Amino acid sequence: MTQPSLWRVLEPKWRTALQRMREERSRGSARLFILVVAALLFWGGIFAFLYKILKALEQVPDVGPLLAGKILGVALLTFVGILVLSNVITSLSSFFLAKDLDLLVSAPVDWLRLYSAKLGETLLHSSWMVALMAVPVFAAYGVVFRGGPLFVPYAILTVAPLLVLPAVAGSALTLTLVNVFPARRTRDLLSIVALGTAGGLILLFRLIRPERLASPEGFRNLLEFIAVLRTPTSPYLPSEWAAQAVMGYLRGRVDVLPLALLWSTAGAFVVLGASLHRRLFAPGFTKAQEAAERFVRGTLWRRTVGALLYFLPVAKREFVIKDVKLFFRDTTQWSQLILLAVLVVVYLFNIKTLPLHRGEAVGFFYITLVSFLNLGLAGFVLAAIAARFIFPAVSLEGRHMWLLRSSPLDLGALLWSKYWVGTIPLLGLALLLTGVTNMLLEVRPFMMVLGLVAIVCLTFAIAALALSFGALFPQFETENAAQIPTSFGGLVYMMASVALLAVVIFGLWQGVFQYVRSIYLGQPVVVDAWMIGWFAATAALCAVVTATALRAGLRRMERLEF
Amino acid sequence: MIRLENLTKHYGSFVAVDDISLDIPQGVLYGCLGPNGAGKTTTLRMIAGILRPTNGRVLLGGDDVQVNPIPAKARLGFIPDRPFVYDKLTGAEFLRFVAALYGQEGDAVERRVTELLDVFELTHWKDELVEAYSHGMRQKLIISSALIHRPQCIVVDEPMVGLDPKAARLLKDIFRQFVARGGTVLMSTHTLEVAEAMCDRVAILQHGRIVAEGTVNDLRQQHRAGDASLEELFLKLTGGAQVRDLVEVLGADGDRAA
Repeated sequence: MTQPSLWRVLEPKWRTALQRMREERSRGSARLFILVVAALLFWGGIFAFLYKILKALEQVPDVGPLLAGKILGVALLTFVGILVLSNVITSLSSFFLAKDLDLLVSAPVDWLRLYSAKLGETLLHSSWMVALMAVPVFAAYGVVFRGGPLFVPYAILTVAPLLVLPAVAGSALTLTLVNVFPARRTRDLLSIVALGTAGGLILLFRLIRPERLASPEGFRNLLEFIAVLRTPTSPYLPSEWAAQAVMGYLRGRVDVLPLALLWSTAGAFVVLGASLHRRLFAPGFTKAQEAAERFVRGTLWRRTVGALLYFLPVAKREFVIKDVKLFFRDTTQWSQLILLAVLVVVYLFNIKTLPLHRGEAVGFFYITLVSFLNLGLAGFVLAAIAARFIFPAVSLEGRHMWLLRSSPLDLGALLWSKYWVGTIPLLGLALLLTGVTNMLLEVRPFMMVLGLVAIVCLTFAIAALALSFGALFPQFETENAAQIPTSFGGLVYMMASVALLAVVIFGLWQGVFQYVRSIYLGQPVVVDAWMIGWFAATAALCAVVTATALRAGLRRMERLEF
Repeated sequence: MIRLENLTKHYGSFVAVDDISLDIPQGVLYGCLGPNGAGKTTTLRMIAGILRPTNGRVLLGGDDVQVNPIPAKARLGFIPDRPFVYDKLTGAEFLRFVAALYGQEGDAVERRVTELLDVFELTHWKDELVEAYSHGMRQKLIISSALIHRPQCIVVDEPMVGLDPKAARLLKDIFRQFVARGGTVLMSTHTLEVAEAMCDRVAILQHGRIVAEGTVNDLRQQHRAGDASLEELFLKLTGGAQVRDLVEVLGADGDRAA
């Protein structure tokens, strides 16, 4: 029997992708324009940052290009690390949980075609973001080291096997794990391991304080420094081969060996991956059909959250308990708290290591300034967290709207529950970030109170914006909550939050500047109408944004059809 | 109990439901039949308040579902065709949650949960997450959830899909008893034997309009169909009699794959 071509096996996927693109185009040019501008800004930012560093390094004879190669090696190693994690998780869905598998497995499609199709799908899904990130990185290297137009195909030739290797390794690891655990339990396990590893690495990286290594003073002499730079991180790392291949080309010394190593290893990996797939896919796929048996009594949340909220009407109370249960029973959701905890520790560690309180007394001005800037940074962090946890709240109810809309539940109560379930933990985090950093900075009571009040107002407004934009741009078809914030609506929400943050910071600065100036000049601080007026206007703005956003979200939910 | 007045639903230029008016009194089991895409599910979802009508209105016990949704929906139990339930709740938790949406809690709800899970033979699974339930078990759970608050009327889309024969028989008995006690059931179904055996009255929909309405005997008389079964009537009314040659569809012996 003639086997269907790979193109035919993947037809539902690429046709769906094409249809989505058509739908995106039909939604108007404003949407496309915003996406293009955001992407260009992002690329431009990375390019400009790297260009500046590489240009400075280029001026340093001998050491400069070596250091540039080292940076590229580290960047590629990071990419490969992210890709392996991402491929492990993606391959679990594409090889074992995807909806098209029943059809493909029951059809007379041979194992190699299935493997090639699913490997390609895994590679594409997990690598496109990293591939896009690599564009400005390679562009900066190409421009600074004058790679010329031929550098473009050369870079593609170098990067391609670097994407294949993690895809094969990640899917092979998943294949092995699925044969040991049921697929759904493996997904839980992988979420925790992946985020735990990522969190651990971030923590480790920060705690060793890499900024100290950047100064050559840390090395005994220049020769030792150069010797370290010349040594590859590991001669067996594909990222190192890729870095060598690129830097060799850019310095006019094309070496075929690293490229040959990359391509031959990638080829060997695909062959090994395919033979492993032939052996293990059938038993693994059978195991993947088993559900993770879990009996739950579920009295914990009823006794704690339920008892705390006893004063609420039963529908609201049960809605909150339901949301809390769903969050903590979904490993892909709560495991992200590990990463969040790590980021908070790193954030506070960064503030603690600021050289403000060393040696002679640092000016009060700088402490106030850092405390004030910290407010903006904390606001941005909160907006990003709200994007991940509050923005998807309405979308995640999409498949259950038949129940909510056919019951006598007031949609206002639904929105109310979603708002508070998201806002209260966010508020706790906001107060922790601002309060502890202000304590570490040893700010005066005025800034402490101002910071805390401002972050409370901002949190209410940011949470309302996240919920409202989530209702305005719902993603009812997406089951994975982590993918929802990366949609167009998520982008628009982040832009709105940053705009609000900018206006709030501007408003507060008018009052804070007067306070700083008075202290700086040794004058008594006068809390006058100007100062109160700006602070009140800022608080009023947050209140208006909160109310307007929630009302817009409610109106949109009333109009939504399912 | 259920009253539809000039109910219309447009999706862009496509008319899914076209000016339907219907009055279903208390104590009646009413069947809504029609080929795929006739507008049955859209009509049912408008009655349940999930979709907003483009024109017309739905009254449940005298209350307009769009104008006065809370009292209208409090009378209703809705069973959709696709059983989407919160995967990370247990069966018992899901039923408690639905009861709470209708403002009910306490010992009475606990007794009702136990009773319903027992009737649908889900007691053994009550503390297991719904993600481990089969399609049929989910369907049973959704049917239980529609009954938890003791509704006055039940709107059900394809009730027998996914149910084993025992559960299907149980559901038929439940609906008959529910109607005998003064409740109202509106169900859409493709299983014409079920409709013929259970329904007091039926409406046949095609292209979003009601093409026939009444008891099965009324329909036979109206369309001079003698002793024709509901299936024959249905095919006659919906133009489905032009069935393609089975041999052509299934393929001759020589055409089959080796």
